[in-house]
Amino acid sequence: MTTATHTTGAATSSASRAFQLSLSALLGLFVVGFVGFSHLEVAHNAAHDYRHSMAFPCH
Amino acid sequence: MTLFRNVVFVAAIAGLLAGIVMTAMQAYATVPLILQAETFENAEAAPAHDHAEAAPTTDTAAATAPEAAAPAAHDHGEEAWAPADGFERYAYTAAANVVTAIGFALILVAVSEAFGGILSWRQGLFWGFAGFAVFTLAPGLGLPPELPAMPAADLAARQVWWIGTVAATAIGLALIAFRRSAPLAILGLALIVTPHIIGAPQPESHESPIPANLHHQFVVAATVTSLIFWVVLGGLVGLIRGRFMGSETELQRSFA
Repeated sequence: MTTATHTTGAATSSASRAFQLSLSALLGLFVVGFVGFSHLEVAHNAAHDYRHSMAFPCH
Repeated sequence: MTLFRNVVFVAAIAGLLAGIVMTAMQAYATVPLILQAETFENAEAAPAHDHAEAAPTTDTAAATAPEAAAPAAHDHGEEAWAPADGFERYAYTAAANVVTAIGFALILVAVSEAFGGILSWRQGLFWGFAGFAVFTLAPGLGLPPELPAMPAADLAARQVWWIGTVAATAIGLALIAFRRSAPLAILGLALIVTPHIIGAPQPESHESPIPANLHHQFVVAATVTSLIFWVVLGGLVGLIRGRFMGSETELQRSFA
């Protein structure tokens, strides 16, 4: 019985691990994407010097 | 969602610190060069203002404005808000640095956790070098850091090439580092090289009002500051991670 619970526990935890890690990575990509790539004029102006310094495509 | 919470914690702390370090480096190394380049941008705009490929908004603004006001109107379109020069502008640069550093840290921590986690600050340095290679070195080969007023190809095309290059380089490096197989290593190398064979979108002419040595100085400054940023970020993640993840996952496993 203990082995059965152990394997199901490990299986769900590895699936939820993958989900939680993907969620973290997507959140990071969204943040970087918005600050670095948004075509909004206001976002561009606010992060202007940052975008140039990080060599994001700008203007 | 413990893992997600821990990843966010580690990324927030490492990103905050690395972002502050990056802001300090930029204040000395890159922002002064950007400000210097803007004097060329404005000087060039003053006499004739035929800046065809700048922003279309500026051209309409200049066309509607009286002749005398045209040079002043050049600054990135009048309607849009922009931070005032000086403290406000630095504050927004600092905010952008910290926010994106946390974003980069989220990606770094999530990806490294998938491959077993960054177990020490020294391991973190290598992950930092990988981040530098993926996000600065590879896209920078085709699209070197640019100063304001420099000619460039269509923005959307450059962004697509940039994102594609970053993705291909990341996957290529992962194949080489984490799959112990020669064919996959060759595939990884091919992935890293392909974007450069395709080639980054380039402007029709590289003629620019910016002196070449100013641009060269900026390329070096932007690349080196970014290298330090990534190495610091990776090292910090390695230092902090153990406090949040190590014991936590062990605990989870012992309960499971």
